[in-house]
Amino acid sequence: MHLVATVLTAVPAPPGLFPAREQMALSLGWHIILSCFGVAFPAMIFVMHRRGLRRNDPVAIELAKRWSKVSAVLFAIGAVSGTVLSFEMGVLWPGLMGRFGGVLGLPFAFEGLSFFVEAIFLGIYLYGWGRMKPSVHVLMLLPMAVAGVIGTFCVLAVNAWMNWPTGFRIVNGQVTDVNPWRAMFNDRVWLQFAHMWVGAFMVVGFSVAGVYAVGLLRGRRDAHHRLGFVVPFVFATVAALVQPVIGHVLGFGMDTHQPAKLASFELAETTTHGPSPIRIGGVVIDGKVYGSIDIPRIGSLVAENSFSNPVPGMDTVPLADRPNDGEINTSHWAFQIMVGLGSALALGVATFWLARWRRRDLLRHRWFLRACAFAGPAAVIALEAGWTATEVGRQPWTVYGVLKTVDAASTHSGLWWLFGVTVVVYTAMTVGAVTVIRSMTRRWRDGETDLPSPYGPALGGGDQR
Amino acid sequence: MTLDFLVCAALFVGVVAYAVFGGADFGSGFFDLTAGGARRGAELRTLVDHSIGPVWEANHVWLIYVLVIWWTGFPATFAAAMTTLIVPMLLALLGIVLRGASFAFRKYAGTLRQARLFGIIFALSSFLTPFFLGAVAGAVASGRVPVDGYGDVWTSWLNPTSIFGGLIAVGTCAFLAGTFLTADAERSGHPGLADVLRQRTLLVGLGTGAIVFIALVPLLDDAPTLTHGLLDHGAVLIVISAVAGAATIWLLWRRRYVTARVTAVTAVLAVLVGWGIGQYPWLLVDQVRIADAGGPPATMVGLLIVVALAGVIVLPALIYLLRLTQSEAWSHADKSGTVDRTS
Repeated sequence: MHLVATVLTAVPAPPGLFPAREQMALSLGWHIILSCFGVAFPAMIFVMHRRGLRRNDPVAIELAKRWSKVSAVLFAIGAVSGTVLSFEMGVLWPGLMGRFGGVLGLPFAFEGLSFFVEAIFLGIYLYGWGRMKPSVHVLMLLPMAVAGVIGTFCVLAVNAWMNWPTGFRIVNGQVTDVNPWRAMFNDRVWLQFAHMWVGAFMVVGFSVAGVYAVGLLRGRRDAHHRLGFVVPFVFATVAALVQPVIGHVLGFGMDTHQPAKLASFELAETTTHGPSPIRIGGVVIDGKVYGSIDIPRIGSLVAENSFSNPVPGMDTVPLADRPNDGEINTSHWAFQIMVGLGSALALGVATFWLARWRRRDLLRHRWFLRACAFAGPAAVIALEAGWTATEVGRQPWTVYGVLKTVDAASTHSGLWWLFGVTVVVYTAMTVGAVTVIRSMTRRWRDGETDLPSPYGPALGGGDQR
Repeated sequence: MTLDFLVCAALFVGVVAYAVFGGADFGSGFFDLTAGGARRGAELRTLVDHSIGPVWEANHVWLIYVLVIWWTGFPATFAAAMTTLIVPMLLALLGIVLRGASFAFRKYAGTLRQARLFGIIFALSSFLTPFFLGAVAGAVASGRVPVDGYGDVWTSWLNPTSIFGGLIAVGTCAFLAGTFLTADAERSGHPGLADVLRQRTLLVGLGTGAIVFIALVPLLDDAPTLTHGLLDHGAVLIVISAVAGAATIWLLWRRRYVTARVTAVTAVLAVLVGWGIGQYPWLLVDQVRIADAGGPPATMVGLLIVVALAGVIVLPALIYLLRLTQSEAWSHADKSGTVDRTS
């Protein structure tokens, strides 16, 4: 499908284009999940830890301690996968960084700053157990939580700028009149930031709650599991209920600014006369839509906030600037998967609290716990789908309307090798992380703590001092 | 003092900080690798784990800082270096990924077997990053990164300056780490371990010193602009570095570990700053001057604001963290071997 894009744009694509896109998709898609934990987990640990201190609740303290260890593993691999991205910006996209580095770089610099704060306070927090005054120790989480907010804003500022570039002019092919602050605080950043930030709380909230839901399913119905479930679930609830609203508002204005993306989302090949239907499922082949379920008028409602305005179709976009069929289908399906899963999650949490209000505890029902176990993966898939939708939907542009992806990509021909190595390394890293976290939890269940030191079987006796 | 110069100086501070803090981290891999079998090496590996555990994430961020300031402040040269030096950059990156992940995995590993596997990956990958970043520095310093990028993928870093750059980086990191670990071992009441470390650090120091002297010969030919700068306006620093390096060896010999840390850092700082001054005014030697490489002025001002904020926000926090790791309360728990067993 990417070959078709090459033909359409009629520019000889650099050999690095396709592998660079795949590489970026893999490494970014992987990193996003971990960055969610960096953003949302400290807040949850803070609530848990503070509860433990305030109520003198050893269960809560124990949970906070365990979560902090899990977050240490996740943060470590999140830090390295984030570093991978920093290198990739130059290795894969020299055409973007060489020309626009001075425009888009400032938010990255602030991101670096917040990442610094996060790393420092994580170090203090992790090593502060039993070594700092408890009331001070718990506060070390707050800078991490704040840094998570700022970091999210900064990264989303760059992405929002790529979607709606501003803060510079191009005169005779040269980038001039650069205003990096304007580029950073562009019109779209606030909503995109909100969408991602709330999404991070959905991912982490549902994932962590899901772990304890599995424990409850297996009959471990103690205070530890109930509390471990409820705190992240409350975070997930708020996030899941707010998210559809933000997502809807985020769509405003896309019809005039990024008509191709909207047309892809809605699978609108041709502009309708009068209100547009919403198309569920379906594929585009050679400009024709097959197999979709059309519900009249709802497309206009969703995209235009109106019952009568038509959604502008792909036919309003110049031929050379259109994504190819594969890209349209990808972003359409990804968009629908995101909306579908997001709605299901919102419905699920609403059901739980409604039932609770009616004095029914759904945690007693196995079907609900099973659903909760799947909610974490579902939130992750929704997040990945959202990113796929917005990134693929932007094609063929890297910087919308200014820089095409073919011109941003590296011309190196060996990037497939890099991609192959990356697949191997990331697979190994995933296996490693899962193995370590699983054996960690198994040990906790058996009432053991961590290995006293790496390699250190003989050190336990205290005879070494 | 132009904007470009100030931002470049801020960038260079990041390079130096990464080399010193991150370097000491990376060098610990050498001692971890040579610690011996699981039982015999446990004491040293525990020391490595305790001394870098709280700080390695923070130390790692210096690299991100460098990359970000580079691509924001001097975007064209960043693209040029990344396209030309793609191979060593990616190999350095591989080291970062394998090392960072396996260090964390080892710490929380479930079984000794797992810990051993992750430990080997951690130790071996600790060599990759300093070597290849040293090679990158050598490539830039010997004028092998063309202004338009896409220089030769192989000869740009397979050359005397780069190879020696890599070797010196590896040796320097190990030397720094050894000096710090020896002092840590002594301070935390492991005199036997301190003796072992002292011996190895002395060997590493002498070896690295020898490499530095040998390197001077091919460098004269291979990187004339740099060597000219080094022998001209950088000469004082090279002398300081040599004296401080020799003093470190002597202090280690005399078991003056705490003072040895100061001279070791001085030696490394001097050689790094000497390199920076020797290369001045070039950003990419023989290709682009600092004054001609800067991004838009508004962006440069923005970057300086970020740097100032970092000085206000990050620096105190970082100092606090470093002080904590050196404080009695923390090292006391280290000694009792109950780290993470407080539950």
